[in-house]
Amino acid sequence: MTPDALLHPRPEGLYCPAGDFHIDPVRPVARALITHGHADHARAGHGAVMATRRTLDVMAIRYGAGFAGSTQVPEGVVEVNGVRVSFHPAGHVLGSAQIRVEKDGVSVVAAGDYKRLADPTAEVFEPVRGTVFITEATFGLPVFRHPNPQAEIGKLLTSLTRFPERAHMVGVYALGKAQRVIRLIRDAGYDAPLYIHGALKKLCDYYEGEGIALGPLLPATSDAEPKDFAGRIVLAPPSAFAAKWGQRFPDPLICFASGWMQVRARARQRGVELPLVISDHCDWGELTDTITELDPEEVWVTHGREEALVRWCALNQRAARPLHLVGYEDEAEE
Amino acid sequence: MKRFAALLERLALTPSRNGKLRLLVDYFGQTPDPDRGLGLAAITRDLDLRTVKPALLRELVSERIDAELFALSYDYVGDLAETIALIWEPLGPPLDPALSDVVAQLNGAGRAGAGAEMARLLDGLGTSERYALVKLATGGLRVGVSARLAKQALADFGGFYVAEIEELWHGLQPPYRQVFAWAEGRADKPVQAALAPFRPVMLASALDEAVLAKLEPGDFLAEWKWDGIRVQATAEGTERRLYSRTGDDISGAFPDVIAHMAFEGALDGELLVRRASDGQIGAFADLQQRLNRKTVSKAMMARFPAFIRAYDLLEAGGENLRPLPFAERRARLVPFMTGLPAERFDVSPLIDFAHWEELAALRAAPPDPVIEGVMLKRRDSTYVPGRPKGPWFKWKRDPHVIDAVLMYAQRGHGKRSSFYSDYTFGVWNGEGQLVPVGKAYFGFTDEELRQIDKFVRDNTVERFGPVRSVRAEPEFGLVLEVAFEGLNRSKRHKSGVAMRFPRISRLRWDKPSAEADRLETLEAMLPPA
Repeated sequence: MTPDALLHPRPEGLYCPAGDFHIDPVRPVARALITHGHADHARAGHGAVMATRRTLDVMAIRYGAGFAGSTQVPEGVVEVNGVRVSFHPAGHVLGSAQIRVEKDGVSVVAAGDYKRLADPTAEVFEPVRGTVFITEATFGLPVFRHPNPQAEIGKLLTSLTRFPERAHMVGVYALGKAQRVIRLIRDAGYDAPLYIHGALKKLCDYYEGEGIALGPLLPATSDAEPKDFAGRIVLAPPSAFAAKWGQRFPDPLICFASGWMQVRARARQRGVELPLVISDHCDWGELTDTITELDPEEVWVTHGREEALVRWCALNQRAARPLHLVGYEDEAEE
Repeated sequence: MKRFAALLERLALTPSRNGKLRLLVDYFGQTPDPDRGLGLAAITRDLDLRTVKPALLRELVSERIDAELFALSYDYVGDLAETIALIWEPLGPPLDPALSDVVAQLNGAGRAGAGAEMARLLDGLGTSERYALVKLATGGLRVGVSARLAKQALADFGGFYVAEIEELWHGLQPPYRQVFAWAEGRADKPVQAALAPFRPVMLASALDEAVLAKLEPGDFLAEWKWDGIRVQATAEGTERRLYSRTGDDISGAFPDVIAHMAFEGALDGELLVRRASDGQIGAFADLQQRLNRKTVSKAMMARFPAFIRAYDLLEAGGENLRPLPFAERRARLVPFMTGLPAERFDVSPLIDFAHWEELAALRAAPPDPVIEGVMLKRRDSTYVPGRPKGPWFKWKRDPHVIDAVLMYAQRGHGKRSSFYSDYTFGVWNGEGQLVPVGKAYFGFTDEELRQIDKFVRDNTVERFGPVRSVRAEPEFGLVLEVAFEGLNRSKRHKSGVAMRFPRISRLRWDKPSAEADRLETLEAMLPPA
């Protein structure tokens, strides 16, 4: 068996013919293995879903209890139609996993989205060996070198003292980024209440329930007077700032926590005044270090800037090729 | 260097003027000499720094990283300095140099050593500092802060008037230690040392026609308001300088004027150009060809020779005339000008009038298309910097007004960041299509802003990033009454016209979109080609 025969792209997503399952399918399928809860990877409407308990919890929060025909939490190595399958922490968001697939001595590790930087709101990435390592390349260009996230939070807190009359609106995605940014703010010693958009509440509650303390969180609702938000931190999905919801805050100072904020033009295009370079993904160094560490026989590169990472592999005498998967949002949730 | 880099980073993304001022004031307060003064000079472009060519930087980078990886990265980032700053892997020991160290090292390195020095610095600095370094070294520091705004920040920091800074500026050298000492109350105000310094200008306020009846025509002198730029031509000893009204030295762009400044004194006047083709005074668009340049070609000078239409004399032969009444300064101006070549210097003529009605009639039918109204100056007014209320008025011709249809809306910044507040509007062409003719982002009230915002959200057709196109059809659309000061021909705009100073004067919810103005109407307003 070749790795290609074990796992290859189909319009629905990465498919394993021997096991008859898809990994992170973008359309409803009979059997899906899901790496993590971000909406472009975890969709509702599959027949059977296998994912970590936390990913299943997140999907239930987002889509309701009946999001799939049946669900299964993998314990250790699971046989699916004779294919050996195991899940390993990816460090991307809470519950995120890499999926290792093995048959007849050939193994492929689909890392999904992952990161190596320490993060108290996600499990620690586990290096897993396989014949093939499938890596993401969201930040797969040598210009991406994520700074220390604590220093980025320092910028936010400095700005808060400098502009105490302005509401500091921090754009964060609801799953992962929100909780990580809150945790970083707490670790920086800021313990005043944080105001959150309604879309963040359920997942913040869930993280709390999983033992990740986020401190006092209050709803950024319309009952409060606009002036109450002066000098406060308000967290919301970035789309909310453009919507009417964003209009009630006093002289809002738009911040955005994302790896994309490394590039100034990105910040400017989005009207971001204070970019916070905080990412849930590997930067260039983490990507290349991980490939070196795992030393697979072949690297497949998917969503993001495949070309550059494939080029790096070529320069370093590593077999690599781009894996063209469709349907994942290139730059949205991260 | 760290503080300077952090300042640049924030300034580049801070849209509001007040926000920028505050960041600058903070920087001055937190940064010791000489760095704060060097940072200020870098922003006002007064910093003397040996620059390096982008080609040298590309060469340095090519020694470090694969050309294809660099090309992919540059393509993605879009800015060479930023790509280099981000991609450079710092291999050396971390450095935390003062801005003054960096300036000294770059200036001391010499042409041959510049590359090695850059590499050494890039190797030791963090990402933000690398960006600041590359921007500094390539001379491309664009952070959306004018020299004037930086001087305003310095004035805010010291608690004095910006006019005081402007007046001193040309006698000062970076790092401006005396100024900071003065600002912090540790020293007296520095004494003007330079020859031919800038004198902060006196500005007129817009005339409220309601107050006209209360003014006595005999108290005022009237002259035409020319559509050029306000300048100050100052000559002292061997020094000759041409300043913009904010004190920027624009001598380099106007050697044809400088060459003829054979006088001792300071003239206040309008800078205009003549069209070589027909000898007429050029419209503002013609003058614009010669603005914002460091140098100017002979061909351009021949096509649009510049001249000064003088209206005031501030200094003559070392004598400060500013405390004299305007009528007396005018009387001194006329003989002062007699020795100067008439094609380069003339006196702005006074308008003879007895009643306001008479002046209003003249204003409505001026003798030259480059006139945009009249100026009224009290005969007894002394020359004081700033915009005092009462002595001087500008009485502009009524603005042009058209009805246009809203086509695109873009989200604003700062306070307006959640509102669609920048509007592109168009008029109907011969084929019954809307063609964009301009963009406006003010002139409406907060309440009107909310109404337009709602209209945009409810009638979005397409989205392009922060821009939305809105429904604009003959049967449906929002008509905006747009006021503007003038119209120029434009090759850049599809419609062939470009408006000066457009703003929304009224929302015409009542007006059917099909009845908005047509392009022919605008074309008829164009100055003759």
